Amino acid sequence: MSSLQQLSATKDAKVLMVGAGGIGCELLKTLALSGFQDIHIIDMDTIEVSNLNRQFLFRQLHVGQSKAKVARDAVLRFRPHISITPYHANVKDSMFSVDFFKQFNVVLNGLDNLDARRHVNRLCLAADVPLVESGTTGFLGQVTVHMKGKTECYECQPKPAPKTYPVCTITSTPSKFVHCIVWAKDLLFAKLFGDKNQDNDLNVRSSDAASASEHTEDVFERRKDEDIEQYGRRIYDHVFGYNIELALSNEETWKSRNRPRPIYIRDALLDKPALQNGNVNKSCIFEDKSSVSAMTSLGLKNPQDVWSLAENSRVFLEALKLFFENREKEIGNLSFDKDDQLAVEFVAAAANIRAASFGIPLHSLFEAKGIAGNIVHAVATTNAVVAGLIVIEAIKVLQKDADNYRTTYCLEHETKKMLLMPIEPYEPNPSCYVCSETPLRLEINTRRSKLRDFVEKIVKAKLGMNFPLIMHGPALLYEVGDDLDDDMVKNYAANLEKVLSELPAPVTSGTLLTVEDLQQEFSCHMSIKHREEFDDEKEPDGMLLSGWTAAPLVEKDDKKAVGNGGSTSNAFAADLVDSEKDGDVEISEGTDIEISGKKRKLCDVSKDPIPDPLSVSDETRNHKQLEKFDVDDDDDDDEVEMFDDWESASNKKKRLR
Amino acid sequence: LTSSIQRVLSGLNLLLIPLHNVELCSIRLKIRMDGEELTEQETALYDRQIRVWGADAQRRLSKSHILVCGLKGTVAEFCKNIVLAGVGSLTLVDDRVVSEEALSANFLIPLDENVYSGRTIAELCCDSLKEFNPMVRVSVEKGDWTSFGVELYEKFDVVVISCCSLATKKSVNGKCRKLSKRIAFYTVDCRDSCGEIFVDLQTYKYAKKKREETTECQLQYPSFEEAISVPWRVLPRKVSKLYFAMRVIEQFEEAEGRNTGELCIEDVPGVSKLKKELCEANSLNESYIPDALLERLVGAKEFPPVCAIIGGILGQEVIKAISGKGDPLKNFFFFDAMDGKGTVEDISNPNNGS
Repeated sequence: MSSLQQLSATKDAKVLMVGAGGIGCELLKTLALSGFQDIHIIDMDTIEVSNLNRQFLFRQLHVGQSKAKVARDAVLRFRPHISITPYHANVKDSMFSVDFFKQFNVVLNGLDNLDARRHVNRLCLAADVPLVESGTTGFLGQVTVHMKGKTECYECQPKPAPKTYPVCTITSTPSKFVHCIVWAKDLLFAKLFGDKNQDNDLNVRSSDAASASEHTEDVFERRKDEDIEQYGRRIYDHVFGYNIELALSNEETWKSRNRPRPIYIRDALLDKPALQNGNVNKSCIFEDKSSVSAMTSLGLKNPQDVWSLAENSRVFLEALKLFFENREKEIGNLSFDKDDQLAVEFVAAAANIRAASFGIPLHSLFEAKGIAGNIVHAVATTNAVVAGLIVIEAIKVLQKDADNYRTTYCLEHETKKMLLMPIEPYEPNPSCYVCSETPLRLEINTRRSKLRDFVEKIVKAKLGMNFPLIMHGPALLYEVGDDLDDDMVKNYAANLEKVLSELPAPVTSGTLLTVEDLQQEFSCHMSIKHREEFDDEKEPDGMLLSGWTAAPLVEKDDKKAVGNGGSTSNAFAADLVDSEKDGDVEISEGTDIEISGKKRKLCDVSKDPIPDPLSVSDETRNHKQLEKFDVDDDDDDDEVEMFDDWESASNKKKRLR
Repeated sequence: LTSSIQRVLSGLNLLLIPLHNVELCSIRLKIRMDGEELTEQETALYDRQIRVWGADAQRRLSKSHILVCGLKGTVAEFCKNIVLAGVGSLTLVDDRVVSEEALSANFLIPLDENVYSGRTIAELCCDSLKEFNPMVRVSVEKGDWTSFGVELYEKFDVVVISCCSLATKKSVNGKCRKLSKRIAFYTVDCRDSCGEIFVDLQTYKYAKKKREETTECQLQYPSFEEAISVPWRVLPRKVSKLYFAMRVIEQFEEAEGRNTGELCIEDVPGVSKLKKELCEANSLNESYIPDALLERLVGAKEFPPVCAIIGGILGQEVIKAISGKGDPLKNFFFFDAMDGKGTVEDISNPNNGS
């Protein structure tokens, strides 16, 4: 193997970096030092204070500016003569076409979400440009080389999807703090401050459905001229007191569960309303809207403190009051933002009160914010190590040293004496619907499901296509685009509302559909099979896609919820993992490490079909995060378990050599 | 549960205020070891890493003092990492003036002769490092650090040295060990696309947490001198070849009176000859130290990706030692980009081992 330090390999190379965050900063620096002279970098984000603990190319004064541009300027200071082209844009934008990607010798990802990674993966396959993928979470990290035809692509192996919870767990039977957070954020906060027209499962169904529905219309609306303090208390008593009483009236639910305790404001605060007001600094003036804070107003200094029920209750009321007093215009349009201090305070307080009601341990604002905001823990050192590993692989790619490509894991604990563990790449998965020609299979009720359902739940949600085109033979059933004429648009809109078997080119059992996304230059085939019945719990969408490698994670209720909102079997998207705009960390990379052990057990590729979507263990990064704070958590320790069959794995035929 | 909480609290001279029933079962008590809290600024800046190692660890970091001697690319990486982590202070020692080699792998030094001319490497690195985190006190210590007195080391909790002779490694390590205060000692060297870290935490006690249990652990580290005196034939067969190769080069430089990094291609025959002698003296088969490996290491510049990797691992280790969280590595770490493995080797006398 020729020397990695040879300048010739790097000085003429043109590389594309996607992401200028935690990994990106370290990577750009190392590339520049290693002799690369033509680097392009895409990042749509701007700099935030919480980035500064590791994204060392940025300073306090840069907060709010484009990451790609500031990173470039910083690196030019110590390597003024190299070319760095920044793009403050979303990599999914159509300007980053296949032709754009084709100009590079190698693409280096430093992304933090599954969606963008899949997108880049597809474009690199279409452009036939090698891709070096990477990710970090805390002390864990991973670097992988993807080369079309030679190694598996990013989507050949299952990637865990965001964690979801059954609706009833959130609305009626929470057992973990995270359930309370989801309730507080996606139900209560959304109801009070978000779009009023949105459907909301906030109100518990009582046994007497009729009375409940009438009541619910007005309860959350602030009445005309209602005193804000009174409004707050009324809401408090309704959700923490009345609704709990209502839930308790449903005997079946609580047969084998701990009963929650209704909490009313008069009990929680233990003192008269008048006294309570006296504690609040009425003349607390906030410098600007962004510094409005219930904590400051109440004199609660430390976000790491676990507040008492009384304190949480005060924060709840104070936050609500401050929203109405200082940010009234935003009410009705607000969505939860982890960087919105007041929103975080409100959600943390509400979640804690609910937790107290259900006997779940309370958490500090710091912890609650992490859970509600899907914050991923991150440090500089892991990113630095990963950046070094990326550049080493990139140089191998440029030297066309395919035999030496490695996937390298950064481990927190030594395994076989190693903290950095390289393994040989896997061959492409011949059943991968992204990089191979094998068709997917879809079971669906063609007489009941509409084209719209198919497009939303399968094409967009599962296949990750943004601008789909669906064909049945030569017939165009649906497409999205700017250049469509009105007739076509009308036609497609009509098609969406038709059931599959009644489309102009009817889709029935045995039909083979072609589904494409022109922007990603990605095309796949799907064979349709009609099925009458689907299991509400296991297949809530009424469809079953196979040959597709990612599996949704649904947390199962420990006990069967009998007759308690049971008909809504929609999984509740907790948003707990994924699409973290904050930083550079990729959840699935953390869990990748756990499931890759299962990769090795896949049968000999030539003969057997892909097994059913793997049931991945509950090791989301969020649980790892929770573990660190001693949260009551029944998940297994996240020791790397995969290397039991390390020796036999190296003999596996599937490996590249 | 109530009574045990009361006992603990009364032991700490605190009043137990009667709590509402609901609160009693849902509150988790957090007893702070020291009174200081992190400032609002620290909490905001360090948010993401506090979620990794906790607020207590962050507080300990903010009180720690690090001494770094010998600034090349790898050490520059290390310094960046610990400044970002938020240590209390970082003291840099390197009186050399800027050279082409110094610039090649060190991103802390701007490529502007107007800026770097006439200034030492330590001074230039100091200016850049300060920018990464205004809350860390970064300063320069002048002088020949290879002959600093014992007293100087007392100010520090961690000492990291690089680019020095075998004699200096032993001597500085010895001084750190002489003090009653326990100082964590590290050496780090990168040559070509390889890197080595040595760790000496002396007697290190820490709490190891696994699931529900916390167990007290104790590790006993040998000094550098003790470690390298372990006879080669006694070491396990699969010990990283890099360990032996580095020792050969170390001894060659010492024997020939050469500075680190001054070796060049012409020295290869001499190094190879020394290797043969050492292998014979140690009853070790020559194949354990391939000439090809020695050639790579002789006179080779640092390779920036390896600087990033080694600097990252070293940063991690120092953070662990200061915070008392996480299993520190014992006692050598090796990385070779050729095979991509980052390996921990325990080079210690089995009788004295932990």
